[in-house]
Amino acid sequence: MREISYREALREAFDEELAHDENVVIMGEEVAQYNGAYKVTQGLWEKWGDKRIVDTPISEAGFIGMGVGASMLGIRPVMELMFWSFHSVAFDQLVNNAACVRYMSGGLINCPIVMRGPANGGTNVGATHSHVPEGLFAAFPGLKVCCPATPADAKGLMKSAIRDNDPVYIMENTLLYGNKGPVPDPSEGEHIVPLGVADLKREGSDISLISHGRCVLHALEAAEQLSAEHGIECDVLDLRSIRPLDQDAIIKSVMKTNRAVLVDESKPFCGVSAQITTLIQEYAFDYLDAPIKRVCTIDAPAIYSKHIEDEQLPNPKRVIETVLSIA
Amino acid sequence: MSDAANIPFVPLDFADSPVNQALSAEEKIDLYRTMSRIRRFEQASLKQYNLDKMGGFLHLYIGQESVAVGTCSLMGADDHVITAYRDHGHALAVGMSMNECMAEMFGKQTGCSKGKGGSMHFFAPDKNYWGGHGIVAGQTPLGLGLGYALKYQEKDGCAMCFMGDGAVNQGVFHESLNLAALFEIPIVYIIENNGYSMGTSQKRSSAYRDCLAQRAEAYDMAWDLVNGEDLYEVRAKTHIAMERARKEKQPTVLEIETYRYYGHSVADANTKKYRSPEEIEKYKQHHDPLLLWKRRLIDEGIATEEQLKAIDKEAKQEADASVIFAEESPAPTLADVSTDVYWEVDNQTTAGNTGRHFFND
Repeated sequence: MREISYREALREAFDEELAHDENVVIMGEEVAQYNGAYKVTQGLWEKWGDKRIVDTPISEAGFIGMGVGASMLGIRPVMELMFWSFHSVAFDQLVNNAACVRYMSGGLINCPIVMRGPANGGTNVGATHSHVPEGLFAAFPGLKVCCPATPADAKGLMKSAIRDNDPVYIMENTLLYGNKGPVPDPSEGEHIVPLGVADLKREGSDISLISHGRCVLHALEAAEQLSAEHGIECDVLDLRSIRPLDQDAIIKSVMKTNRAVLVDESKPFCGVSAQITTLIQEYAFDYLDAPIKRVCTIDAPAIYSKHIEDEQLPNPKRVIETVLSIA
Repeated sequence: MSDAANIPFVPLDFADSPVNQALSAEEKIDLYRTMSRIRRFEQASLKQYNLDKMGGFLHLYIGQESVAVGTCSLMGADDHVITAYRDHGHALAVGMSMNECMAEMFGKQTGCSKGKGGSMHFFAPDKNYWGGHGIVAGQTPLGLGLGYALKYQEKDGCAMCFMGDGAVNQGVFHESLNLAALFEIPIVYIIENNGYSMGTSQKRSSAYRDCLAQRAEAYDMAWDLVNGEDLYEVRAKTHIAMERARKEKQPTVLEIETYRYYGHSVADANTKKYRSPEEIEKYKQHHDPLLLWKRRLIDEGIATEEQLKAIDKEAKQEADASVIFAEESPAPTLADVSTDVYWEVDNQTTAGNTGRHFFND
């Protein structure tokens, strides 16, 4: 299979969906003439023009609210946050208007928007640019949230999100944009990954590593070392989608391995893995042979220093240590 | 010296504007009827609120009727409306029924939002009415989006986005004005200035030179100040702004001066402390939009006092009937709590049936 980058995979999804539906509009800061702060939208403005690819001013509450409003009349805005960290200045639009307008109108309205952009630490940009808010937004009923880890999932989830009739918030990762991986060629048919379906990226019988986003790559690397050096075989389950959530896949894996380590770039308090933990204890309690353990970002605002930031984040070394503590 | 100094001064009468000249006698009476229906509906709402028939807040529109009625009477098929939480007047003005509105406040299944929104969240997309929004100025970029969509879809309509004078100091309002001017969005922002942002007077809450709408100048945008007690003036000036939006794709900020007789909400315990009873009485006696329109219709020989009283009576009967309708309607069930969250789930699509959407037991 051909290999393309995560960035190119996203771009291919936009290009295909722009062709698929004339109501799809890409908007955000620097997405058009500048070709995207991270070059995800490179070339799209040249191809699709001003109407479909829209540069907005640095005005997140304004343009996101505008996109939500336009979606009520049938436009399908795909809006870029240059960093998901900037969500805080548009929070009212993201959680009051986008998440609640369907409910408060008794189902008369729906908001087919996609909010997307990178949400990750690890780039030495300090606390205000390093938030990972997938758990935060997944806590609002009415919103859907997903975190692709690979180019194929990035493309497939993005296409599903754009076609979805509810608001979908996609958390990408600046450290993944350049990663290459196999993505089916468009000539082989449409590549779509549904929301709410996890992917077992590695099979093993001793312990379940449950993860999403870039942490999936840490889990996979740790799994290889654990296999080679300790003879421990891990299931690596990539959630891909946080809400809707593939609970069945989680429980199935834990029932098989009887042990779980959750690898999650969220902070520990009420992060995604806290929710997964409660589901496992509720639905697979009798299958557990050890306490559920978590590898999260160390509980402090993101440190700037490049000498230590990677240690604050989940990494293969921390995953291995945690697995060995219960395996 | 020109001859202008010798020409006698005649105050502008907005009855002469083309959009008002075009009104038939029946249409003028209908404008009265809609204002009367809003007032009677609000009076009935207040009574029921005090009887503890509804929860939450109740932001009454009494005193401001000419604004919603005058502006919404200008709507064509592709014109859309969105407002904040003082939303009952606009709802009735765009044609929503008293029954669905009263039932919504009673928290009943027959409410316009199935009892899920309440007083602040009335919606009727089929009547181009997009709410009903509870956060001050939160609706201002949504209105922008309605205008954006109309332009995108090449429709010859505009959005009207209403707000109170307290909304003009929210950042998102300014972001919306900038985007409206920058993207040439067909929208009319209408500040319904009743003088008070909750209990704080305009002078104590806003920095301004002459009026609030003047802030539009910072965004190179047209603006106008409107005397809200005069229905003809409301229609004449709003019509100009709507045409600017529809034909030229240019936004406008209108500031319509009006007055509310009741508190910010019924829960506003200080309603008679931050303004004098004399001030409220002055508005009721000399600036009441229904009273002034009634006089106008009688002066124009269009209707008699008796005819208009009969309209008031019908409106009161309709409001009373809506109370009975609301009272007798069923309440939502526990199962209703979990519907209308996700479109895909409600419609039982493949996406709606894939993965876990709700995290109850």
